[in-house]
Amino acid sequence: MSVRASRRFGGGALAEAAPVFAALGDATRLDLVSRLSSGGPMSIARLTEGADVTRQAVTKHLHVLAGAGLARGTRVGRDHVWEIDSHRFDDARRWLDHIESQWDEALGRLKASLERPASKGKQTGK
Amino acid sequence: MSPSPTDRIERTITVRAPRSRVWRALTDTAEFGSWFGVKLAGAFEPGARLRGNITHPGYEHVVMDITVERMEPDRLLSWRWHPYAVEKGVDYSKETPTLVVFELETVADGTRITVVESGFDQVPLARRAQAYRMNGDGWAQQMQAIARHVG
Repeated sequence: MSVRASRRFGGGALAEAAPVFAALGDATRLDLVSRLSSGGPMSIARLTEGADVTRQAVTKHLHVLAGAGLARGTRVGRDHVWEIDSHRFDDARRWLDHIESQWDEALGRLKASLERPASKGKQTGK
Repeated sequence: MSPSPTDRIERTITVRAPRSRVWRALTDTAEFGSWFGVKLAGAFEPGARLRGNITHPGYEHVVMDITVERMEPDRLLSWRWHPYAVEKGVDYSKETPTLVVFELETVADGTRITVVESGFDQVPLARRAQAYRMNGDGWAQQMQAIARHVG
């Protein structure tokens, strides 16, 4: 498959993945994701405690993450509790899986070249 | 700030060969080219820039361009490159490159090779999703073709 064909082929899936990368392309949002990932569900009040930004700004960022399907909020009493929506991260992760398979192929070639018995006329014992 | 879950990948393989032999396969330009599928010019040295065309049919226009960062003989090799810089006439030099690190470790049955590539979060958003896709289809297919050719 040519490069051009592969791009055409990828169009639909790309459109789907782009919002994920866009949502993650911000330091404050990455920090929120990181804290929700390690700390589990948290209220906006708690998320604001450790942040350098206002409660309003945190709320706005959380809604951007929600828009990309990366986080979801639930009303609990007077507060909102937010958690990571791991399903969407699986989508983002899938792209990296492709890169990993590229390296696996390359490393497989490297392994084969190193373990080929008669390279340079010298037998290597197994 | 900790990196996002989409910033890095890590792969490992064990080969039945001593570390010094693996080191040669990684840092001898001709040997590297034979398994990676690229005809690089230049020698692996810290700070050196090596460039050359991919040798797989249909991808000869793709120029691999790496800048060697660290070399600790028999132990660690790292370079920076622009992943998937495959479009003709596009200047990738303004983009932040990813970092590729090979580490070698002696194990009971040979050498364990670990590859970590990181910095994907710095690849421009406009290109990133496309890059993932192209990488998956283009490069994996290229590697399979090489495997068929050599193996």
